[in-house]
Amino acid sequence: MSYPLIFERSRPRRRGLRLVEEVPEASRYIPEKFLRKKPPRLPEVDELTLVRHYTGLSRRQVGVDTTFYPLGSCTMKYNPKLHEEAVRLFADLHPYQDPKTAQGALELMWQLGEYLKALTGMDAITLEPAAGAHGELTGILIIRAYHQDRGEGKERRVVLVPDSAHGSNPATASMAGYQVREVPSGPDGEVDLEALKRELGPHVAAIMLTNPNTLGLFERRILEIARLSKEAGVQLYYDGANLNAIMGWARPGDMGFDVVHLNLHKTFTVPHGGGGPGSGPVGVKAHLAPYLPVPTVERGEEGFHLNFDLPKSIGRVRSFYGNFLALVRAWAYIRTLGLEGLKKAAALSVLNARYLKELLKERGYRIPYDGPCMHEFVAQPPAGFRTLDLAKGLLELGFHPPTVYFPLIVKEALMVEPTETESKETLEAFAKALGELLQKPREWLEGAPYTTPVRRLDEVRANKQPKLTYFDQG
Amino acid sequence: MDYTPHTEEEIQAMLERVGAGSLEDLYLHLPQEVLNPEISLPEPLPEWAVLEELKRLAANNKPAFKAFLGGGIRSHHTPPVVQALASRGEFLTAYTPYQPEVSQGVLQAIFEYQTMVAELTGLEVANASMYDGATALAEGVLLALRETGRMRVVVSQGVHPEYREVLQSYLDAVGAELRTWPLREGRTPLGEIPEGTGAVVAQNPNYLGALEDLAPLADAAHRVGALFVVVADPLSLGVLEPPGAYGADIAVGDGQTLGLPMGFGGPHFGYLATKKAFVRQLPGRLVSETVDAEGKRGYILTLQAREQYIRRAKAKSNITTNAQLTALMGAMYLAALGPEGLKEVALKGVAMAHRLWELLLEIPGVAPFTPKPFFNEFALRLPKDPHGVRATLAKRGVHAVTPVPKEYGENLALFAATELHREEDLMALTEAMREVLA
Repeated sequence: MSYPLIFERSRPRRRGLRLVEEVPEASRYIPEKFLRKKPPRLPEVDELTLVRHYTGLSRRQVGVDTTFYPLGSCTMKYNPKLHEEAVRLFADLHPYQDPKTAQGALELMWQLGEYLKALTGMDAITLEPAAGAHGELTGILIIRAYHQDRGEGKERRVVLVPDSAHGSNPATASMAGYQVREVPSGPDGEVDLEALKRELGPHVAAIMLTNPNTLGLFERRILEIARLSKEAGVQLYYDGANLNAIMGWARPGDMGFDVVHLNLHKTFTVPHGGGGPGSGPVGVKAHLAPYLPVPTVERGEEGFHLNFDLPKSIGRVRSFYGNFLALVRAWAYIRTLGLEGLKKAAALSVLNARYLKELLKERGYRIPYDGPCMHEFVAQPPAGFRTLDLAKGLLELGFHPPTVYFPLIVKEALMVEPTETESKETLEAFAKALGELLQKPREWLEGAPYTTPVRRLDEVRANKQPKLTYFDQG
Repeated sequence: MDYTPHTEEEIQAMLERVGAGSLEDLYLHLPQEVLNPEISLPEPLPEWAVLEELKRLAANNKPAFKAFLGGGIRSHHTPPVVQALASRGEFLTAYTPYQPEVSQGVLQAIFEYQTMVAELTGLEVANASMYDGATALAEGVLLALRETGRMRVVVSQGVHPEYREVLQSYLDAVGAELRTWPLREGRTPLGEIPEGTGAVVAQNPNYLGALEDLAPLADAAHRVGALFVVVADPLSLGVLEPPGAYGADIAVGDGQTLGLPMGFGGPHFGYLATKKAFVRQLPGRLVSETVDAEGKRGYILTLQAREQYIRRAKAKSNITTNAQLTALMGAMYLAALGPEGLKEVALKGVAMAHRLWELLLEIPGVAPFTPKPFFNEFALRLPKDPHGVRATLAKRGVHAVTPVPKEYGENLALFAATELHREEDLMALTEAMREVLA
């Protein structure tokens, strides 16, 4: 049976919360012409119906709390419960209250900035961006402002991205008004250095890389790449989506990167929440510090303050001070683990990935780029199997599938990222399940899943005749 | 401590299996020059001590619950039922619903959210939430520029100054031109819209709290072939005529006023609603109803060809994560209150703001600035620098006086009221203001 919509549980004049005792008369304050003629058709439900509705929805949803979630390039690690208590301590702060009455919040921001600078090897930071992709945009705008300031803004019109890059990289460069050129990967899965050399020149503004890359491989020639880009006056941008593998062990700043964004909702345990909110602080080397967005958090003689006085700033990228409550969670994570804990977490994420990779090879899966992987790796099913069917089969066996069909350079890709918070027995059970799927009859795989809240959905219909609201008549 | 489950024995067994002698060995292929840098971080703390340290920091803040502060964020009641339901691990720890068979909870919740936003704004479709109101405005304007193929934007000074700054950053990036129309006596005047304008933007209630009659501006925008973009506080739409009813093509705003904690400015969520004709230009996630293999109703992400992971450099926007969890809170809040409850909360703020306006204007030296009619917020001219007044009040435990940027005039401050305020709160603020301004 279909699960009812909240609108279908609604009954005229049924009431939930009443927050106001004496209701004022609207027309006493607002002339008729400004008033709504027709009330919005919002649900009318009592509180228990509301609770049952959303509790029911939650049971039709998996998360890290319920299921192994090895989503490559997304880092679905456990979200500590301590952090949810931590954010409640800061819930009632208004961004425009007198800064002297928000010194604790500003101190926390300043400290977190220092920790993140230390972990990335950068000189200055902004906590403003609301997500990783938002951080990317901020970083690229900073690079653009730098080139413009040096009089090279018109000339440097191109951003280079490897063919294995996250889709957000080319989209970001395009949003910042750049042309995008793809750099192919070599046979070892790393950036093809010769191809890169051919693309580099005075027309290039930036190279966007993630390291380890989306094949889970560390770009071992990174120092050479950094040297080449420096010689060409090109800024090197670090997509921090994969920092989880190396945190504490190696820093983008030491590898020659000029800009780094971090995904606090990946590396630093802020929950993904079904797709956000995230947080994407951006660290830069000193030469780019003048271009950071406003405001920055600074420590002065009279405590902590927000600095809006940055004449070369790219301006504002978000209202207020970013996703502050996400910052609280990341702060708590770093203080709980310390440097040694972070290094251990990184190393165990790598160990889990390498161990799982071995188990999958044993079960008949192929590893197209079988170098020393970091926290994730890309596998392929044996010939004749469709990755989509295997993913749906995994759902039937109680696992969330890995990322599928990404990176684009691997056919039938399964991009697996177990993360450090999963146990040896979970990895083994997962490998066993993936192995069993190869023994299933073709029809079973093509029909999976069977016992999930819904079976495979008609995507074509959703695209051709989208019904986007309950009242949409199509 | 950390959150890893491995015992020493397990680590050894796994290392052996992958052919490594130690955890350090896993990093041996990295360039030696960058391996094991010196990093200075505080020593790790046990869980209770982390919490203790957080409490120490929190004690250095004075919470602004029941604040009279405004400017886009206001102190509202966050219903415990919303907190409790949104805190469920399945919602909290899920990712973007790429596997719809096990993500019907989030997908259906988004579909219901899209419906509620469309209802509130009087428009046909809404995407599944943006980062905040300011970036939603920027994305909404970029949508209008794509749709019209033009590169010029006119924005009223009545739009929140921080939103305008964010818009400026996004428009600079694509080389579009932004012109600001100054307010006249607190409202957006009807002027000449230059040729080639792709988007005209206004806010209602505007940044100073005043209600705007925007239908003539919508007509003027349409006459030159521009789309009309309205920034609206979603709570106000429980009472006010929705943007779709007076000609808006796109409505955007920030969801904080729908019962979300202020959180020092974030995270909240942005909403973006428009007409179905522009749906293929919408950035961000969209959920559609469809059927499964057995004909059963279900929900799925749709029209994804607009998005970065398929279209890469040709995507409509680079947005990947959105603000699903906070949007879920907004939807739960709307469902908990219903149309009547929402209207009541909005009206209570209106009534209290008008009462506060009367009281504060009795103080010598205080002058009105926002013209009537206003909503639940208004600006006054103070006889002293508002930053100083705010600081002095804060010392007395009162959070009020949102300083207004000088572009609007000297010594202006915003005052807001919500459902949380009672007559005695207004009297207390008035008394404190009287003393501080004396």
